[in-house]
Amino acid sequence: MSDLFLIAHIAGRAVAIDSRQVESVVDIGAVVPVPGADRQVRGLAALRSRVVTVIDTHAALGLPTPEIEATRAVITHVEGHHYAILVDSLEDVAPFELAPLSPGIVLDPGWRTTGCGIVERAGEPILAIDLRALVPGLTAIAA
Amino acid sequence: MDDLLQEFIAETRETLEALSGEIVAWEACPDDRERLDAIFRFVHTVKGSCGFLDLPRLARLSHAAEDVLAAVRSNERLPDTRLVNAVLAIVDRIGELVEAIDAGVPIEEDGEDELIAALEEGSALAIQAHSANAARSPTRSVRLNVDLLDRMMSGMSDMVLARNELARRLRDDGADPTVEAALERLSLTVAEMRDTVTRTRMQKIDALFSALPRMVRDTAAELGKSVALRVEGSDVELDREMIEMMRDPLVHIVRNAIDHGLELPAERRKLGKRESGRLTVSARQSGNQIIIEITDDGRGIDTDRLIAKIAAKGARSAEELAALSDKAKLALVFEPGVSTKDAVTAISGRGVGMDVVRANVEQIGGRIELSNTPGKGLRIAIHVPLTLSIIATIGVGVGDQRFAISRQAIEEIVRAGGDAIRVDMLGGTPAATVRDRRMPLVDLGGLLGLSGGRDSTMLVIVGVPGGSYALAVESVLDHEELVIKPAAPAVMATGVYAGQTLPDSGLPMLLLDCAGIATMAGLQFGGEVAVDEVAAEVVAPTVSALLFDDLDGERRLVPLTIIDRIEPVPVEAIRFSGGRLRLSVEGRIIPLAVQGEWDRRDMVSVLRLRDGDAEIGYAISDAIDIVTLPETVVPAREAGPVAGVVSIDGEQIELLDLHWLFATHGAELGAAAPPVCLIDGAESAWMTTFLKPVLEGAGYRVATGLKTGEAAAVVLTMSASGAPVQGNVPVVRLRRDRAVGGPADTSIYRYDRDGLLAALARSAGGR
Repeated sequence: MSDLFLIAHIAGRAVAIDSRQVESVVDIGAVVPVPGADRQVRGLAALRSRVVTVIDTHAALGLPTPEIEATRAVITHVEGHHYAILVDSLEDVAPFELAPLSPGIVLDPGWRTTGCGIVERAGEPILAIDLRALVPGLTAIAA
Repeated sequence: MDDLLQEFIAETRETLEALSGEIVAWEACPDDRERLDAIFRFVHTVKGSCGFLDLPRLARLSHAAEDVLAAVRSNERLPDTRLVNAVLAIVDRIGELVEAIDAGVPIEEDGEDELIAALEEGSALAIQAHSANAARSPTRSVRLNVDLLDRMMSGMSDMVLARNELARRLRDDGADPTVEAALERLSLTVAEMRDTVTRTRMQKIDALFSALPRMVRDTAAELGKSVALRVEGSDVELDREMIEMMRDPLVHIVRNAIDHGLELPAERRKLGKRESGRLTVSARQSGNQIIIEITDDGRGIDTDRLIAKIAAKGARSAEELAALSDKAKLALVFEPGVSTKDAVTAISGRGVGMDVVRANVEQIGGRIELSNTPGKGLRIAIHVPLTLSIIATIGVGVGDQRFAISRQAIEEIVRAGGDAIRVDMLGGTPAATVRDRRMPLVDLGGLLGLSGGRDSTMLVIVGVPGGSYALAVESVLDHEELVIKPAAPAVMATGVYAGQTLPDSGLPMLLLDCAGIATMAGLQFGGEVAVDEVAAEVVAPTVSALLFDDLDGERRLVPLTIIDRIEPVPVEAIRFSGGRLRLSVEGRIIPLAVQGEWDRRDMVSVLRLRDGDAEIGYAISDAIDIVTLPETVVPAREAGPVAGVVSIDGEQIELLDLHWLFATHGAELGAAAPPVCLIDGAESAWMTTFLKPVLEGAGYRVATGLKTGEAAAVVLTMSASGAPVQGNVPVVRLRRDRAVGGPADTSIYRYDRDGLLAALARSAGGR
């Protein structure tokens, strides 16, 4: 069964995001930091008449903060709150089939929690990720 | 279920709630025809509906009640306690049955015969009315679904935000006047709608208070106490959600007051109090809060017994508890498991209530304050914030960030470095002192890790449950009413934020959680040994005196209280006349006492000494200072202007003897108001001109007319005849000629000075 996936680039890698998790794709404006919160929480941004929590994807993946700050984000709605997941760039939306991770492949610690499968695009395997895993502070996701 | 039945159930429920208060009020005032009619109408309506809805049990009950009430209306029966109890019991039963029908649950029939029998006149069955609580399950849905209201409310908030954004864009991009006018219209409508929607969320607190009269009556009866309840402020509006959350705490507090607070009537009589205890439940709005107060005039909280109870449990020692401040001792009542009543009664239970009550109140962002007067009573004040989502806030700035603080939490904002404000370090902890009130200081920038460009000089004093502290910020900005929404879990996890919002500026802002900040900063309120205020030392009353240089070169003292004022006067105003020294001042002449030489000067200072009505002057050279009189006075050897000598700074200074001064110089002044001599009739002009000085010298006040309320001591007239002006006021007649008119002539020759004065003295009675 194929679903629509959004292909994006995060931390230099291509990823595939199930379109059902994507509410919209935006350029965010000014981000107001939240002092005292984890590194993953970049801050708060205004989107139309709403406040969204901006997630620093690099931090969520355990990677060092990039020099150029990303402004493009994928908006997702999790447990009653809106989050803006920062991405480097967006590529395409297309139907793909989700295949499980090949046995034996162990992802980097940072990617492990979010990686949930592989989609194949013209022979190129792209890691499918679960946006929920990038959002801190949620109740534990069932494995 | 049948539509008609639904309608019936809903209506009956509504009327029942309003009715219980009416019935109790009616018992207190059985002649109140209107109340009786209202109750009668209720049972009559129920009876009617039961007929065609086929509810035989309800029909029977309501019919019986209706008959009894009809008899009362036609004065065939008197509404005594027993009858009221029986009617109440029937009304309760009707309520229970209605609930059961709604829930689809069957109820047993037993007891209903007795209820009806109890209505009979002289019935031996005295029904004790129970406060119906168990059967009624609190349903969340009222006539209108609350979820719908919530959606409406949040949609309204979003509309406000969208309108704000539109306003911002128009401002930035510039818009032509017609567009701006349209925006203005939109803004007005949005604001109005927001108010209306807020009001749908609000409910009159009467929903909470209406059940009180019944509850108080029943509880008091069960405990054998007599309680007079007064309810005020039923019109105050509160968020519906809050009202539901306040229901249990309020019931618990009221029951506590009646059970533990108010004494039995016999005991009250012994204490000199009214036999009926007074219980006042009131609600009022104060700024952004609603304050619900429960006041009783009972025995108050006995903190010593509280301490004994807690110490007996072992966790803390009696000495430790006794060392707490009064406020902290009072707060012990909120400890779990405390009950100062030895016998646990069925009504107030184990006293675990108060800690739960406080937790409930704090959960909705409120706080409880106690004001205790042992032996006289207790006042409990519950402060509750006005609404949950739209909050008035004040913005503060730290670093280059802005935060909002709820107005309700802010007690005061001061500038560090202002008068009566100090900031000190106690060990490593900063503390602020504001007008002698010391409190912890938290630097917001430091806590949040924001480096500020400027010093944090503004102190925002916030109140949290347990106490207050000063939050140091860099700047204080405008106040704004903001729509506060909960922030993401990751943000709330920091513990210092209460929510997020989008103000007019367009940049998201966080609302600070003052209690959370206190916890994060490691502040601890309550449970610690508070520093007691230093008891004011008992000060012995001291007498202040004026130190002055007298005209004879000596330094003397005179007590300050006797001095009306000090004036410089020219020497010309002093005259030796009529046997003594007098001073002209303000058109009057007062006696003047002097020690020393005055005629070689131009000016002297005069102390105008006043003792009630009497006034004398004392001339001095210069006033020097005001000092405190020492206690020891070495008395003078003989009577005179000097009472004695005191020692001031090692010098011996004479103290004036006021008694001697007033006795000697003030002797002429009469204390009482002088008697009035009324000059009447023809020739009053002559009499006034010639006789006034004589009469005044003799101590009379001369008048040609009397003011209302004045009475003359004697009337002086030259008319040969003429009835006396007033009833039995003696009249002294004067005649023009020396010769006596005849043997019956009692008049006095007008120039006979002695004769005149003697006659006046005789008539006016001994002056």
